[in-house]
Amino acid sequence: MSDRMTMEADIVCVGFGPAAAGFLITLAKTADLPPLNVLCYERADGIGFGVSGVVTRARGIRASMPDLDFSQIPMATPVTEERLLYLRNKSAYELPYIPPFLRKHDGFVMSIGQFLEYVGSQIMATGAIQIWPGTPVEQAIIEDGAVRGVRLLGQDMDVLARLTVVADGAVGAIGRQLDDQRRKPHDWAVGMKMVVDLPADNGLTPGTVLHTFGYPENEIFGFLYVHPGNVASVGIFVPSWMRAPEESAYRYLQQYMMHPYIFQLLRGARLRSWGAKSIDESGRRAEPLLAGNGWARIGEGSATTNVLTGSGVDEAWTTGAQLGEAVVELTRAGKAFTRENLEATYVARRRASWVESEARIAEHARDGFHNGMLNGLIGMALAGFTKGRVTAAPWGRPPGLRGTSRSRPAEGRPDIPYDGQLFVSHQDALLMGGKVQATPGFEDHVQLTDPHKCEQCADQRCVLMCSGQALAILEGSVPAFDREKCVYCGACLWNCREGNISFRVGAGGLHSNEN
Amino acid sequence: MSFPIVVCGTLVPDPLQTLEPVEGQGRPALKNEMMLPVVLDPWAGHALYEAARLAEQNAGSKVWLVALGPKAKLQQLMMTVAQKSAFELVAVDGPASGFCDSFETAAALTDAINGIAGLDKTRMLLFGGWESASRGSGSTLQMIGERLGITEQFLGVDQLTVMPDSRFEILERIEGGKHQVSILDGPPAVFGWATGYLPEPRNNPQTGMANMRLAMPALQKAKAAPLNGAGLCFQSVKLPKQQRETRIVKDMPLADIAREIVAWISED
Repeated sequence: MSDRMTMEADIVCVGFGPAAAGFLITLAKTADLPPLNVLCYERADGIGFGVSGVVTRARGIRASMPDLDFSQIPMATPVTEERLLYLRNKSAYELPYIPPFLRKHDGFVMSIGQFLEYVGSQIMATGAIQIWPGTPVEQAIIEDGAVRGVRLLGQDMDVLARLTVVADGAVGAIGRQLDDQRRKPHDWAVGMKMVVDLPADNGLTPGTVLHTFGYPENEIFGFLYVHPGNVASVGIFVPSWMRAPEESAYRYLQQYMMHPYIFQLLRGARLRSWGAKSIDESGRRAEPLLAGNGWARIGEGSATTNVLTGSGVDEAWTTGAQLGEAVVELTRAGKAFTRENLEATYVARRRASWVESEARIAEHARDGFHNGMLNGLIGMALAGFTKGRVTAAPWGRPPGLRGTSRSRPAEGRPDIPYDGQLFVSHQDALLMGGKVQATPGFEDHVQLTDPHKCEQCADQRCVLMCSGQALAILEGSVPAFDREKCVYCGACLWNCREGNISFRVGAGGLHSNEN
Repeated sequence: MSFPIVVCGTLVPDPLQTLEPVEGQGRPALKNEMMLPVVLDPWAGHALYEAARLAEQNAGSKVWLVALGPKAKLQQLMMTVAQKSAFELVAVDGPASGFCDSFETAAALTDAINGIAGLDKTRMLLFGGWESASRGSGSTLQMIGERLGITEQFLGVDQLTVMPDSRFEILERIEGGKHQVSILDGPPAVFGWATGYLPEPRNNPQTGMANMRLAMPALQKAKAAPLNGAGLCFQSVKLPKQQRETRIVKDMPLADIAREIVAWISED
């Protein structure tokens, strides 16, 4: 043990996202639970910062909070209409049928930022649990194979706890620290979106949801969903298996909004928020260790995202709630938070739940993309309709899915009509939409392990796919990092094929609580 | 020597947010005001951190933060500020909009201060922002002082030093980038802080945990102060004419950059 200052708690939670919210609200709502000292540390400067929007069936959320009135949450509304569209260069084809596994008809459109602020206030109001934004956790403290607590970044302070809950998301530093050595190949995507004010009389009903594919590249899925008050979220997912992205995600997003079908809905709209994040799309096949002595992992970093249903928030929440129930059970029984006990309670709940059964169906749903876009889509349909029994690539696939289609020719892409309202420069999107902030006094959290490797790197995809243009070639061939532009999406981490980027925890980032 | 230090300060929208005035119920408001993330008013923040330092240097001192704002938003504010320095929260549930009447605000805050149990007002140091990021008039703190009968008032304070003979030396900002130096025999007194010289403290988890144990009950029992703005009339509300304009220009002389910025500021 070091001679640093220490503080003791029963439970310390790393990160406050949907999974942690599900975990903490489960504890907060449990009556007659012996008093626990529970602390939650969130890296971002606000508990609603650095997250996204969502269309969710909210099954787990509603199970945890049966009395939840979604009308009390700003930007939340029930799904009223869904369309699935195939976008071509200048046309759009609405599919007559949305597969049941993809439908969100009984769900809600939400801003996760607003939702987390609402739930966070409910948790805090109990007085039993404290949530602290703006407090990055640097590392887990490991002794004798057990996690004893966490070390806070930039402070001479360790927080010791009987249970450390790892809920720091897809690219969280603690989650990666605790990954087992058999780390499996991952599929990733960068999700980027804007929240926009729509003009009056736009004809869009709150709760309208569009799912799209085929544009601006075959591999890019897109979405538009409508919040109350003439507000919409519009965005895209750029996957890691896209063989040769020609543009940045931001430029692809602009092109997407310029598609005639999308643009007719956005004409006269104005940017109010922008953001980006990495999404771990690996699903169950890359599931890491879920529990160990003194720690448990929940949420996206524990492989909850389901690429077949296009859902992750509710799954992440549910795993948090399952851990909450397990902690209640173990606490009442006076049992320790050992790996054995956590597996018998938390992991067992998870294995028996819909999160697990649906993850199994989705496990090979995307394998067909290795053989082209059409095969990929057929594979998803087969997996969905046969409950995972049949896939498009029964022979399996090589580690690390790679697509085969080529990028659309440059001449087929639309010009961007910069108007200072909706179509703004990438840097203006950071300032006007993302409100990106770099907290002073912290060192760079993105560092190149060996700059010589960068000199020899042919594609430097880390620069192209950096969501905030924080990595840029200023001179020579080694990328320079500008902390004031980093939105903590983590795309650099998985876009460097050499593994040459050290992406650590840091302070600051997005200051938008509605994106 | 110990001091009871009362800091008046509340929330303002996170400065990175885009603000848009709209017509509210009987008075202007900010669009989506209750959705905006909040921070401690930077002017009040300087006052709070100066109070914390003074309390640390003078054993037995105690700091209260008296904050008037929507209860739910005050709770969010506590998450961002309670790890910064030790204080006891006195919460008043009411609007914190920049369109509130400073006279009414001062009355509500005075009531809250008068309600602090055990506060020795004869030895009180009343701290606050010289101005406010949402109420630029800089009049609220003075009115609180007047209501409390405190005649020693200092505004634009950058430095407060307790001298060996227990008197205070105060540096107030005056024109020309200079300070006026005053010597004060002792409390009670009002100090409207300018920026001071202290950086924002790093988060301290132990301080936060201790503060929050008192803050949550304080929020739950916060009294309502419905500021109705009676007698207040707004002629107009408008945005500055300056709009964001981004260009990338390399090797531009500093003088030219300065000239452009001055021209941009002068647009209004």
